Amino acid sequence: MTLESFINEAISPWMLEDGPDKDIVMSSRVRLARNFADKLYPTSGNKEALEEVLQFIKKNYIKEEDTEQDSLTFIPMKQLNMIEKLVLVEKHLISPHLIKHSDYAAVLLSEQEQTSIMVNEEDHLRIQVYYPGLQLKKALEEAYYLDDWLEEEADYAFDETKGYLTSCPTNIGTGMRASIMLHLPALVLTKQINRLIPAINQLGLVVRGIYGEGSEARGNIFQISNQITLGKSEEDIVEDLESIVNQLVEHERMARQYIYEQSEISLEDRVFRSYGTLKNSRIIDSKEAATCISNLRLGIDLGIIENISENILNELMVLTQPGFLQHYANKALRSDERDIRRASIIRERLNLKK
Amino acid sequence: MECQECHERKATLHFKHIINGQETKVSLCEVCAKKKGYLTYPEEGFSLNDLLSGLFQKDGIPLNAAGTANSNQPKQPQELKCSSCGRTFSEFKKAGKFGCANCYASFDSKVEPILRRVHAGNTKHTGRIPKRAGKYIQQKQLISSHKEELKQLIEDEEFEKAAVLRDKIRELEKANHQDKEAGDNT
Repeated sequence: MTLESFINEAISPWMLEDGPDKDIVMSSRVRLARNFADKLYPTSGNKEALEEVLQFIKKNYIKEEDTEQDSLTFIPMKQLNMIEKLVLVEKHLISPHLIKHSDYAAVLLSEQEQTSIMVNEEDHLRIQVYYPGLQLKKALEEAYYLDDWLEEEADYAFDETKGYLTSCPTNIGTGMRASIMLHLPALVLTKQINRLIPAINQLGLVVRGIYGEGSEARGNIFQISNQITLGKSEEDIVEDLESIVNQLVEHERMARQYIYEQSEISLEDRVFRSYGTLKNSRIIDSKEAATCISNLRLGIDLGIIENISENILNELMVLTQPGFLQHYANKALRSDERDIRRASIIRERLNLKK
Repeated sequence: MECQECHERKATLHFKHIINGQETKVSLCEVCAKKKGYLTYPEEGFSLNDLLSGLFQKDGIPLNAAGTANSNQPKQPQELKCSSCGRTFSEFKKAGKFGCANCYASFDSKVEPILRRVHAGNTKHTGRIPKRAGKYIQQKQLISSHKEELKQLIEDEEFEKAAVLRDKIRELEKANHQDKEAGDNT
């Protein structure tokens, strides 16, 4: 496989599209959790029920001929090997949980990889929609459309006062988790982020690192999402989240400007050192890579470095993950082998120019 | 401070031994501490589920509803159990997950305090309603909001407008009643 085609595989097509505030907001995502009323939940561990749901989806929602909905491809987890599954997780198209229970799990994936519907995760259905930049409302609209389409064939588990009955009490009500991924290098550099995170938490929102629950903020990438799903409408949740993110974006911009004006030379030094490390290292672990890639992207955003695509952050973040490295090598790799492979793939990518 | 064992990672855990009054201190990283048997918590660490089930335990609901109050009568303890998936309330508390849609009704009285705690005191859904199956609910909510308006109109002595709205509500109620019956029959 050539590096170009491999990069194309790492980057979901929707990521290349333009979006508002794309220099700071990497993506907006809406996820809806839904269950069918008359079937036991995946959490019950009942195999017949799981199989039934899987067959039901296949029968009712997958059309053989080309129709409007045909862009969704049905992929049973059983058909994939471990590395292929890992790749889907690293592209955020499926959750790690789906892999753990892969005997009866599947995903419906759109061509642009903007939409994915997980089947038999913790809930029967997890509808997921991504948009580039800050576009949560659009993502919500698209998720609604899919929600209505899925509901046409079967009744959802829904209660007038409790809302959508999810398997976990933390999702009940709207069943919606809206989240936004942000690159905030200047807020980290100026240590403002330490003050901001507790304030955001107090507003019923959660801030965490890029790869979901429990992961640290690698490469200055943060994910902000709503905590509460009951008692607030979807629209209100989305609006609150967007208004917080707008403020964060503004603070990040101010911090970037401030650093640039106050200490241009040390900022340039930081950016070019990272660039040098990426261009020349022969062994690099994922943490160091993430830090350097973040600095490089900041340099591109501020015009310090030219002739490199601003998509480099999105691209390299995915390309340098363990699953992708092994996918590219076409074999399982130990962690020291991965560090070597990671360094070489980054060097190759930076030599591609553009 | 670096780990005294591997001298590579940062020491994040500090242990104090007191043997026969002799005090020694060891500083280790998490990996080495595990290797040396200092840490005994389960592999996966502390998960959201542990936190959740911790919350549920706090309710002070004994695992067996019958408890030990009446030890003289060896009665079968009556534990809450979901009639459709068979999950018991203690299983739910342990896993932090329901097993089916009916669990909510089965554990009803005990679910509400949990929801309140998880969702900042909220217990009522105010968001989306399923488009196809939820028509009846949507209508019902429309009617109740009209009724609120009606009350206001009467208070404001806008009787003509109120009469129009009253007729509209009657019509909606009639239509919705038929919808519901039709829905119940399918």
